[in-house]
Amino acid sequence: MTLFEAYPLLLVALVKTGILLFLALTAVAYLSWFERKVVGHIQSRLGPYRVGPHGLLQPLADGLKFLFKEGVEPQGADRLVYYLAPFLALSLALSGLAVIPFGPAEIEIFGVRTTLAVAEVELGLLFLFAITALGVYGVALAGWASNSKYALMGGLRSSAQMISYEISLTLSVIGVVLLAGSFNLREIVAAQQGYWFGAVPRWFLLPQLVGFLCYFTSAIAETNRAPFDLPEAETELVAGFHTEYSSFQFAMFFMAEYTAMVIASCLATLLFLGGWESPLPTTGAFAWTVYLPTVVLGGGGALLLVDALRHHRGFARGVLALLGALLGGAAWAVAQPMILPLVQGPFWFLTKVFLLLFVYVWVRGTLPRFRYDKLMAFGWKVLLPVATLNALVTALVVLLRESGGLAGVLR
Amino acid sequence: MTLELVLFIVLAAVAIAGALSLILARHPIRSALSLIVVMVALAGLYLLQGADFIAAVQVIVYAGAIMVLFVFVIMLLNAGEEERTSWSRMARYAGLPLAIYLTVQFAWWVADGASALALPAAPAESEPTRRLAQLLFREFVLPFELTAILILVAILGTVVLGRRES
Repeated sequence: MTLFEAYPLLLVALVKTGILLFLALTAVAYLSWFERKVVGHIQSRLGPYRVGPHGLLQPLADGLKFLFKEGVEPQGADRLVYYLAPFLALSLALSGLAVIPFGPAEIEIFGVRTTLAVAEVELGLLFLFAITALGVYGVALAGWASNSKYALMGGLRSSAQMISYEISLTLSVIGVVLLAGSFNLREIVAAQQGYWFGAVPRWFLLPQLVGFLCYFTSAIAETNRAPFDLPEAETELVAGFHTEYSSFQFAMFFMAEYTAMVIASCLATLLFLGGWESPLPTTGAFAWTVYLPTVVLGGGGALLLVDALRHHRGFARGVLALLGALLGGAAWAVAQPMILPLVQGPFWFLTKVFLLLFVYVWVRGTLPRFRYDKLMAFGWKVLLPVATLNALVTALVVLLRESGGLAGVLR
Repeated sequence: MTLELVLFIVLAAVAIAGALSLILARHPIRSALSLIVVMVALAGLYLLQGADFIAAVQVIVYAGAIMVLFVFVIMLLNAGEEERTSWSRMARYAGLPLAIYLTVQFAWWVADGASALALPAAPAESEPTRRLAQLLFREFVLPFELTAILILVAILGTVVLGRRES
């Protein structure tokens, strides 16, 4: 393919990347708001409340604050590596989003039909693991380059933790790969189509329950989140690997962590929760479920409008009313017969991702932090054997099923 | 100029620059980082050849797992910058002539086979990963298992050696 022929494809890829980056960064910013709100309510507080109605403009204020703060560079730091580390962390985390398919539908950009993913990678799952494997460097190098003992200890801890849990993370999804017979994320979702007994979705969650639990536990550790947030245990290590980072470099680590959370949730959805498949059959008595996106968006918009009129005045009322009206407009738009089939996939996919992100925050708000040696013992002595056993049992079952019982295997 | 050729030139340039920096850098961490760059660039070249699985494994195993251990050890030992020394006798009388000979020889081979250097088209294999697995676990299953046992023995050996000290 010559450069000239590739030009429209490159342009489409660029447009899709731009849209995805905008959406992802906005989502990451509001994930921090969401987390503070949820943890706040778990601890009987209100969470952010001052900047905008319900603290809705807090991420914007935080972003501006990060941009305008002075960046402090520690004495004796390795300058190149010091500035490379946050860049590496964020760019790797964001590039992982490129291979995530958000739905089965196809859209048209500049007359080119294209799918709801920036890149259709044949071995999408392996690509994501490659990205995860490289993600360790951002943290490890940041700790080393800062020329600070707390940062170095944090960096060492986190690299040890991340390589330990990466093994069980990879092993825990082997079962899914064996059942689906593919590394392609679309094919893995396609293998989960249909229903058992006409009502129970054929997601890999049920046959791979052990795998799912192992995956999600490892993913929490891999993204350095509580209760496995030892790399940044503030009671021992100030703030771990990013102790010496300030201003926007710190913000980049922050965004990288939240992006990694989003990717881990997306992957869990694709591998275990049926991706964009609806949990309810869309035929017969359940045909009305195609209007669920409209109901959710319209309901949310109505709630915002009521809240704006009853409890807020002035600027806050305006912001909430505008948001409510926007959601109402979106609800109307997704009910149009032309758009209706397009939004089904992304709606279910994003709903499941959102639920998993809620679990992430819920776990953080509930469980106390592990001690470091217990964390390592848990990873190597519990999670790894269980994930290995799960992979072995699944392999055995797949083998027996494909060769028609024990006799077929022995033949 | 095809897209593949542009990508090939970019990736090859990155790989060579990384390799040079690997040798010339004075700090072990910088050298390790350069090696990672080389490995990722090589993975990109494998991708261009249609070897998706090899490319992914290259990044996961080499750039991800092995190099993390390198970096980990360098960080743990807190290795400082290396000092530049003058040439040793070995390097001056054996190393330099050998390096020059190798460079000339490689240049000769490349110039000689320049026409054959054109990128072969990606193989039309429908499922290269499946094919690879069948090769590994059917035809070459014995060498594969032997390698696995060898690695297991090596791991046990390091554990024994590591424990003897205490």
